[in-house]
This record gives sequence, C-alpha cells and structure tokens, in this order.
Amino acid sequence: MIPAQFDYLAPTTVEEALAALAQHGDEAKILAGGQSLLPVLRMRLNAPEMVIDLGKITSLRGVRDDGDAIVVGAMTQHSVVGSDPLVAEHAALVSKAVEHLADAQIRHRGTFGGALAHADPAGDLGAPTLALGAQFVVQGPSGTRTVPADEFFVDLFETAIGEDEILVAVRLPKHTGWGAHYEKFVRVAHQWPIVAVAAAVRVEGGTIAEARIGLTNMGSTPMRAHAVEQALVGQPATADGVREAASRAAEGTNPPSDLNGDADYRRHLATVLTRRAVLTAAGATG
Amino acid sequence: MVRINLTVDGAKVADDVEPRMLLVHYLREKLGKTGTVVGCDTSNCGACTVHLDGTSVKSCNVLAVQADGGEVTTIEGLAKDGQLHPVQEAFRECHGLQCGYCTPGMIMQSVDLLKENPHPSEDEIRLGLEGNLCRCTGYHNIVKAVQHAAGQGEAVQA
Repeated sequence: MIPAQFDYLAPTTVEEALAALAQHGDEAKILAGGQSLLPVLRMRLNAPEMVIDLGKITSLRGVRDDGDAIVVGAMTQHSVVGSDPLVAEHAALVSKAVEHLADAQIRHRGTFGGALAHADPAGDLGAPTLALGAQFVVQGPSGTRTVPADEFFVDLFETAIGEDEILVAVRLPKHTGWGAHYEKFVRVAHQWPIVAVAAAVRVEGGTIAEARIGLTNMGSTPMRAHAVEQALVGQPATADGVREAASRAAEGTNPPSDLNGDADYRRHLATVLTRRAVLTAAGATG
Repeated sequence: MVRINLTVDGAKVADDVEPRMLLVHYLREKLGKTGTVVGCDTSNCGACTVHLDGTSVKSCNVLAVQADGGEVTTIEGLAKDGQLHPVQEAFRECHGLQCGYCTPGMIMQSVDLLKENPHPSEDEIRLGLEGNLCRCTGYHNIVKAVQHAAGQGEAVQA
C-alpha cells in the first residue's frame, strides 16, 4: 500500500514548522515518528496535501530535569523515554507503560509527543500521563501555553492542541518514591490493549497514603478512576485492602464494544486489572 | 520530488524521491536491495526490519525522506568480507527458518536485540521479537538461533 501524493517539508525549528502550519492550515498533517500516521496514510484513511515532518527539529528531543517536573521533548522516541533514568526515578509509571508499548521497532521510531497528540484511546501513554497530572506544553503563533492533562484529551483522536499549534513537550510532575505499574490486557503479542490500567501509589508504613489511577480504552479518552483513588486512601496495601476499592474502577466509564470484547467485559476487566496494577505498584515500593 | 542523501550498507547514495515513497520501496526498487522484503504492509509483521541510525525499524513504516542524512543497514549489509554475521550463521546452524520469508526481519531484529541485551533469557528473546511474525509458526528454532548467537559472544558486533 502506498500513500496518496503529498508535498513535504522538514523544518529545522519549531518556528519554521508553525509558519508552514499557518500557511497550509487543515491541508497539512504533522509527522512526528510516523508510527501511527504512516499506516493511516498507507491505508488512505487520510490524504493530506502537505506533510510537515518534525524529525529534523533537534530541540524537541530529549529528557531533562526541571525542578518539580521531568520534561520530555515531544519528539523523544519511546525507547529513549523507556530507558531514561530520570523518568524511571521520578515518573516510573511512564517507564512502565512505555516498556511494553507496541514492539521494539516501533518504540525506536515512535515519539512520546506524537503518540499523545494522536490521542488514540487505546494508546498506552494517555492513562499514565493523565494519572500523573502531566502538563502539555503547546506552541502556537502567539507563544506557548500549558494544558493540564485533564483538559488535554477532548475526544476520540482529539486533543486541546489548536489547529495552528504543535505539542512541544510534556511535563511529568515528579512522583519520586511512588510505586508504579501498568497492567495491560491483550490477547496476542503486540496488540492494542483491550483495557489497561496505570497505577501509581504512595505507601506509608504498609498503608496507601495516595493513589493515582488512569484507565486505557475505557471511553473515548483516557480516564481517571477517581472513585478508586479516593477509596484506596487509608487502606492497607494488601489484596483484601485493595479489592473493594478496585471494584469501583468502571464507575463513570463508557467503554467501547468491539470484536475484542463488549462493554460489560471491559468493565469487568477494569476492576481486575486495577486490583493487579495497584497491588503490584504497592509492592514495588516495598 | 525531494533530494535525499543517505548511507545504505556502507555506500553513500543520493536520489530524488517522491515524499510518499516508503523506505522499503526505496531500498528494493531504487537500490535493488530485495533482501529486505515486504510482508504484511501494515507495520505488524516486521519482515521489512532494517537498522536506521543504529536501531531497528520497520522500513514499511518509515518514509524514504525521513531517512535523509541517516545510515541504513539491511540484511544485505550484515556479512563482512564474505563472512556471515554471527546471527546469520546461528540461524543457518539452528535452521531458524521454515519458508524463510520472515528471516531477514527476524535476523535484523535479533541483531538489535542482542546489541541491547547480549545474554537474553528465552522469555526476553520472545518478547524482543514480538514485532516479528513467522506465519509458519517456526518460532522454536528462531529462539534457539538467537540463544546460539548469544553464546558466541561476538554476536553483539553488528
């Protein structure tokens, strides 16, 4: 399969990319790593007239420490994020989610910002970034602005990034010392998660002091399991302590029904996976 | 058309290509490197795996223009001075193939896997190759071949 014809620009700065975007408007598509866009173009589900490739903008790559947050450049490849010691220490939930995202070849090429801007509800990065309260830095003609995670994901494949804006970085607030786990349910290797749960917990003396839970593929956007988070506080970090709180994981969700499972099955999965994710996360803190 | 300059299997090449041309088609049709095959054409099967700037990628999921300025190694560039790469040798020794269609991609991904993890467990090998499908389901000997190559020590030299 071959994509339809398009014109191509490879700017070397964000400003050049924004100018190209302003000029070509909705006829243009932004190319990050291309691991989701290229299949879409090949299957001709989309046929933009202009593709603006961010691959040569080196300032968008890399991970750095910025005080209370770890900042991940939008064009940083998954494999780099997954092996980054700062992310592992301060935002372990993201490391865990990246570890089993797609496959090795796709992790080498796919980018952190590209996957989040694509906003596939079955994507693995929405739930952990939402759970950690990430901040999305977007740049447009009038400068940069920061969008909190709970406003970033708007709908299926839709984010708060404006048509004249580009996602340039994601700030991950430090959760140093928190236990983390990403529990993903798939039928076969290298599949989109049918449901997945991202859990980060802070355990004090065997009791859960704080919890942050994100759900993958339980609605048109990644979701927070607020009811579980609240119910977990004060519970012992044991199977009995966690089970009842985890049973509330599907509250307020609106999961899809498809060939991999109907909505009721996904609601059930969410409770089971939440229990496993929280327990593993809690164990990880010792 | 867009001008691209890159290095493929050690040789510098330059071409004018359509922006929509996939890297795998560039390698096969422009350079005649048909050792890299098109399998599923959906970025699932990994048969088209090559190395781009030192790491494995699915060449049906990369545009040729994205490889501009980069360095590509295909299955045809692994052997040096008439000597098979240790991973190629191991696939031959262990008969790590049935029909052979997935083999170029399996070998390229195995080389990448061993570079990152020179002594993988069986589970780590299976996980590391999850992006490569063998429709003969001949995984058993493929895993053995990677274990064999890992035992050779020098297998990590790409």
